[in-house]
Amino acid sequence: MEVPVLKQGDYLIASIQSALSDQDLVQLRDSIVQKVGKLRSRGVIVDVTVLDVMDSFATRTLRDIAHMIRLRGAETVIVGIQPEVAFAMVQLGLSLEGVACALDLEEGLAYLNRKSPKSTKKGA
Amino acid sequence: MPNKPAVRATEVVSAETAGSLLRELVAHLRQNRTQLREEWASRITEAQLLTAMSKEEIFAEATSVYDNYVEALETETFESLQAYARNLSERIIPRGVETHEVVGIVLLLRDVLARSLFGKYRADYNKLARILDAYEPAANRIAITVAVGFVQERERIIREQQEAIRELSTPVLQVRERLLILPIIGAIDPQRARQLTEQLLRGIRSNRAKVAVLDITGVPYIDSAVANHLVQTVEASRLLGATVIVTGLSPEIAQTLVNISVDLAKMTTVGDLQGGIEEAERRLGYKVVPLSEIPQQQEEQ
Repeated sequence: MEVPVLKQGDYLIASIQSALSDQDLVQLRDSIVQKVGKLRSRGVIVDVTVLDVMDSFATRTLRDIAHMIRLRGAETVIVGIQPEVAFAMVQLGLSLEGVACALDLEEGLAYLNRKSPKSTKKGA
Repeated sequence: MPNKPAVRATEVVSAETAGSLLRELVAHLRQNRTQLREEWASRITEAQLLTAMSKEEIFAEATSVYDNYVEALETETFESLQAYARNLSERIIPRGVETHEVVGIVLLLRDVLARSLFGKYRADYNKLARILDAYEPAANRIAITVAVGFVQERERIIREQQEAIRELSTPVLQVRERLLILPIIGAIDPQRARQLTEQLLRGIRSNRAKVAVLDITGVPYIDSAVANHLVQTVEASRLLGATVIVTGLSPEIAQTLVNISVDLAKMTTVGDLQGGIEEAERRLGYKVVPLSEIPQQQEEQ
């Protein structure tokens, strides 16, 4: 199933709706990395609230997305990891190092607003 | 005579023989119910068992134990006895009855009944031996059933209490908007560590916390498994978007952590709880100022 990537102001929001196959994940990665340049976004939020399993491939893809987005000059934040999933991931040694995480969409937006202040056009 | 074949019994009919002997035995126990029961009750009092209970209570319990005992001998099924033992344990454990007392009274009953059998079959030694052969295994199983029932009930109570203690032992408290503290007192075993993680992660989610202060001032020591678990908890909290500050590491724990080379880079540690809360407030953008300083600042402006 394809993941919708929505533009919201200066940010992109990828809201995962169901469990993803490896192929879906790769597709998600490619479409986000492409759109972030095309739409000149300053931040990307990936919402994984519905996922109750995160395997090593999913974790690695998310980390890849974050690093690629950084190279494209924007910030990424992963939101909505469930407590059980979080602990399972850590026990498997999949800890998304160097990737920002937030509790939910709202927190993710707050994080991006802090991290990438409005561009110069509006003035300080 | 029902036990006539028993006299010339071979291996083949021995099962039937045991059955009929048991029936004879039960009939004897039923006949002498009052006398044996009284003798048993007085032996209990003599042995100073069940001191937590009054004489009348002992007699009442003795009666129902006796009846259940005979019934178990008769039917050779132990389910109802098991249920009764559990029910009895439930009633008497809160009154401080000890394991040795329960085992003691059942063994006393076994002895009283065996004595009466000796009395009855004194004249015929072979018969006595056969009767005892039938009686002893059943009686021992009854004793085991009652003892196991009692111990199981005890263990169940202990488990429940442990559960309650454990639940009380890891409170997750919100001290400010988005700031949680977890004071931990006492040793952390792997199970408690797991529970702590669960509570913390759930607390972060339900309180929408950004910072959690984990205070381990009251923890005397931790081992490497628990230390690694702590590090994992800190990591998992980060995945939920929260920072964990660990405070109050004693010199011993610091030593342990260094010796087992836990990766401390992932953990934020502050000396004491006060420092931890101050650091958390700083991260959340709070500034705590004495009231007396506020008018001064306004005057300056």
